[in-house]
Amino acid sequence: METITAASGTTSLTWLLIALPLAGAVILLGTGRVTNKWGHLLGVATIAGSFGVAVALWLSLLAKPSEDRAVRQFLFTWLDLGRFKVDVALQLDQLSMAFVLLITGVGLLIHVYAVGYMKGDDGRRRFFGYLNLFVAAMLLLVLADSYVLLYVGWEGVGLASYLLIGYYQTRDTAGPAAKKAFVVNRVGDIGMSVAIMLMFAAFGTVTFQGVFEAAPGASSAMVNGIGFMLLLAACGKSAQFPLQSWLLDAMEGPTPVSALIHAATMVTAGVYLIARSNPIFDLAPTAQMAVIIVGLITLLAGGIIASAKDDIKKALAGSTMSAIGYMMLAVGLGPTGYVFAIAFLLAHGFFKAGLFLGAGSVMHGMNDQVNMRRFGGLRSVMAITTATFGLGYLAIIGIPPLAGYFTKDLIIESALARSPIIGGLAIIGAGLTAFYMSRIFFMTFIGKKRWTEDVHPHESPWSMTVPMLVLAIGSVASGYLLMRDYTLEKWLEPVTGFVEPETSLSHVVVTSITLTSVAVGIVAAILLYLRRDVPQVAPEKVSFLVVAARKDLFGDAFNEAVFMRPGQWLTRSLVWVDNRVIDGAVNGVAASLGGLSARARRIQTGYTRSYSLVMLSGALLVLVLLAIVGR
Amino acid sequence: MNPMNYIYLSAALFSIGAFGVLFRRNAIVVFMCVELMLNAANLAFVTFARINGTLDGQVVAFFVMVVAAAEVVIGLAIIMSIFATRRSASIDEANLLRS
Repeated sequence: METITAASGTTSLTWLLIALPLAGAVILLGTGRVTNKWGHLLGVATIAGSFGVAVALWLSLLAKPSEDRAVRQFLFTWLDLGRFKVDVALQLDQLSMAFVLLITGVGLLIHVYAVGYMKGDDGRRRFFGYLNLFVAAMLLLVLADSYVLLYVGWEGVGLASYLLIGYYQTRDTAGPAAKKAFVVNRVGDIGMSVAIMLMFAAFGTVTFQGVFEAAPGASSAMVNGIGFMLLLAACGKSAQFPLQSWLLDAMEGPTPVSALIHAATMVTAGVYLIARSNPIFDLAPTAQMAVIIVGLITLLAGGIIASAKDDIKKALAGSTMSAIGYMMLAVGLGPTGYVFAIAFLLAHGFFKAGLFLGAGSVMHGMNDQVNMRRFGGLRSVMAITTATFGLGYLAIIGIPPLAGYFTKDLIIESALARSPIIGGLAIIGAGLTAFYMSRIFFMTFIGKKRWTEDVHPHESPWSMTVPMLVLAIGSVASGYLLMRDYTLEKWLEPVTGFVEPETSLSHVVVTSITLTSVAVGIVAAILLYLRRDVPQVAPEKVSFLVVAARKDLFGDAFNEAVFMRPGQWLTRSLVWVDNRVIDGAVNGVAASLGGLSARARRIQTGYTRSYSLVMLSGALLVLVLLAIVGR
Repeated sequence: MNPMNYIYLSAALFSIGAFGVLFRRNAIVVFMCVELMLNAANLAFVTFARINGTLDGQVVAFFVMVVAAAEVVIGLAIIMSIFATRRSASIDEANLLRS
C-alpha cells in the first residue's frame, strides 16, 4: 500500500483542475446571451488552463520518488453524521494523473476542434458550457478520494452526456437517444450506489484508502458482492454488455461530443473504476472472472456490430464498444492487466478521438451525411483528413509501430497467459477490428465516388485539422512512448501493482499470430469492399448474422421484449389499480357520504311549523322516556 | 286553594300556545303563542316554587322573563323586516332556508 501525503507546493493547485472548467460551465450557462460572442473562447481557455495545471502537476510528481507521488488535498468536510463522514478531498496519484492528462489534453483538442465544427450554430455557447461541465465532472470522477465523491462526478458525467446527446433539441431522434443513455446509465448507477452501501456496511468507510485497507479482512462473499456491483456500474458507464445499447444511439449528439464521450470522458470511467478498485478485485476472483467475460462478449459483439453499420459514426461507436471490451478484459486479468488496460485506454484516447474528429470532418464536407455507402474516394479532396484518419486506422488495428500495436498486443499476450480461450477470442477480436476499420476506411476514402449530387466535399478549416494532426501524432507515437522501457509500468506500479505475464509462447509468436489475424481481416475487407463495387443502397438479401449485426445483435429488441413491454404492462396495470381500486375506494366513500347527506337534507323543509312540530314531538318523547325511566 | 289548579291552568295555556304555533300561519300570532307558552312555563315554575316552599322556581321565572323580553325585541325586528321585503307575514312563505 502506497503512502499518501498531504498536498503542498504545486500539488496544492489540484483543485484548480476541476474549478476552471466548472467555472467556465457556470459562466457560460449562467450568463445567457451576453457571452454569445466569445463564450466558445472562454470554454477553450478554461480547458487549456486545466491542461496547463495538469502538466505542472505532472512535472512536480515526476520530481518525487515513485513511492511518494500520491497526494491528497483536503478541501472541506461535506457530511459528518455520526460514523458516516465524507470529506471533499482530491487524491492525485499516478493513476489519476494519467487520466487527468488524457482528459484535459484530448479534451482541449476536441474543444479547439469544436470551435470550427460548431461555427454558425446558434447554441454554440450552450454547447461549450455543457462540454466544460462534462470535463469538470469527469475530472472530479478521477480525482475523488472516496467512492461517494466519485459518485458525484459519475452522476455529473451522466448529466452532461444527457445534455450533450440531446443537444440538437429540434431533432426528433435526439431526445429519445439522450433519454435512453440516461436511463441505461441509471441501471448501472444502481450498482454503484449498492456498492457504496455495501462498503459502508462492511467497512464503515467509503474512502479509497479506508476501503482498500479494510478489504482483506472482509468475507469473500462481501468482496465479491461489491465487485459485482462495481462491475454493473462500470457496464452502465462504459457501455459494456448487457448495458451497451445506449452507446450507438448516443451518436445523435454533435460529433465533438462523440469524440469526447468515446476518447476522453464517460466510457473510460468504468475502466477507471475497476482499475482504481484493484485491491477489491484482486480479492474477488469470481467478480474478476465476470469482468473478463463481460469484456470478451463486448469486444466481440462490438466488432460484429461495427462490421455491419453503414453509418460512419455508428460503426466507430461499435469499435469503441469493442475497444473498451479489450480494456475491461485487461482489468479483469488482475495485476498482469491493469497497466496494459490503462496503456490501451490512453492510446485509444488519441486514435479514437482522431477517428471521430476525422468522421466529423468528413461530415462537415459532405453536408452532414453519415451513410458510408454514399462516400468513397474522398482522399482526392480531403488530404489531411485522409492522412489523420488513416493513421488512426492503422493505429487501432495494431500495425507496428503505431500505438495500437504496443498496447493491444500486450493485452492479448496477458490474456493468453491466463487462458488460451480468452487469448484466442481476443485475437479473433483483433481480426474483427482490422476488418471493420478497413471497411470504414475503404468505403469512405478509397474506391469509387458514390456521392449524392448536391455535395461538394472540401477540406475542413485549420481549427479542425490542427487537432486532428496532433491526435494523429499521438496515435503514432503514444504507444512507443508509453511502453518503451516499461515507462508506464514503472509509473503505475505503486497504485495498481504490476506482474509480468508469463506465457509459454514467446512475444514474437504472439505478435505474429495477432498480425496474421489482422491481415486476414484486412484482406477480407479488401476483397469485399475494394475489389467489388459497394452498392449505394444496403443490400436486402443478407445472411442472418448481418441482419443481427445491423440490429445491434437484437439488443434493443431484447430490452424491449424483456424490460420495456413488461414494464409498460406493469405501469398500465398499476395505473388501472390506482384508478379503479384506490381512486374507486376514495371516490366511493365520498359518493356514499354525499348520497347519504342528500337524503338527510330532505329533512330540512324550510317550513318553520314542521320544525316546531319536530321540536314538540322531541320534547314529548323526552317527557315520556323520563316518565318511564323515572318510575 | 289547591295549588294544583295553577298547574292545570299552566298546562292548558301551554297546550293552547303549542297548538297556535303549530297551526297558525301569521308570524305575529305564532309569536304571541310562543309568548303564551313561555308564560305558561313561568306560571308552572312559580307554582312549583310555592308548593316546595323554595325560591328557585321564582328566580328561574325572572330569568325567563328577561330572556323573553330580549327574544321579543329580536323576533319582532325579524318579522318586521320579513314583512317589509315580502309584504307578507306568513311563516310558510319564508321558507328559503330549505335545501
